[in-house]
Amino acid sequence: MRTTVTGLRAWLVQRVTAVYMLLFILLFLAHAIVDPPHSYPAWRAWLMNSGVSIATGVFFAALLAHAWVGVRDVIIDYVHPVALRVCLLALLGFGLAAMAAWVMRILWMLHG
Amino acid sequence: MPVSSNRRPVFLNLAKIQMPVGSLTSITHRVTGMLLAVGVPFCIYLLDLSLQGPLGYGQAIATLDNLWVKGMLILLIWALAHHLLAGVRHLLSDIDIGSQLPAARRSAWIVNLGGVGVALLAAGALL
Repeated sequence: MRTTVTGLRAWLVQRVTAVYMLLFILLFLAHAIVDPPHSYPAWRAWLMNSGVSIATGVFFAALLAHAWVGVRDVIIDYVHPVALRVCLLALLGFGLAAMAAWVMRILWMLHG
Repeated sequence: MPVSSNRRPVFLNLAKIQMPVGSLTSITHRVTGMLLAVGVPFCIYLLDLSLQGPLGYGQAIATLDNLWVKGMLILLIWALAHHLLAGVRHLLSDIDIGSQLPAARRSAWIVNLGGVGVALLAAGALL
């Protein structure tokens, strides 16, 4: 199995994550408009719901994967010196991995 | 080493390059994507803060009550609206809806103006 995200696979990742995020954002907005959490306990209780926690975790996973493919494409298109390109891609990868860890920690602490 | 080493002519006079509405939608899709990527850590920070007890929740709300932050927020909302609409336009043209030129030009206008419309609504709600 190929593990790199190039060509058709990157195209597919970008679309699957986009559709998931679109649905998540629409549902989140609908909830925020119909029943906005006006206090800390309400906000916390809403995110503590296991369905919401899982959907939020998946949302950030989709977001970070989408950002990886998108920003990587921009770097490859505009940054041509190989050394600089590799540095920026590494920085992007570390940054996104750090954000993934951060979100996992937030959701973990919420239930801990 | 440059990626392309052949001697094709390069024409990069930005003032003279034709910019049809579809290409404006396309480059703005890129620019808004980069803006949103930069905004992600800020959103995660606010999520983190808002869940650190009632005090943190209050601080997160208070952070948003600042003219500069509101301006940034409106910019990000514009970026999100444009990026979402342009993305839906892409998905539709993947399944051959609106990929003919007249329809593509019309949908490009809808995306560009729709993004600005959502930003104006957000500005009205926030300011």
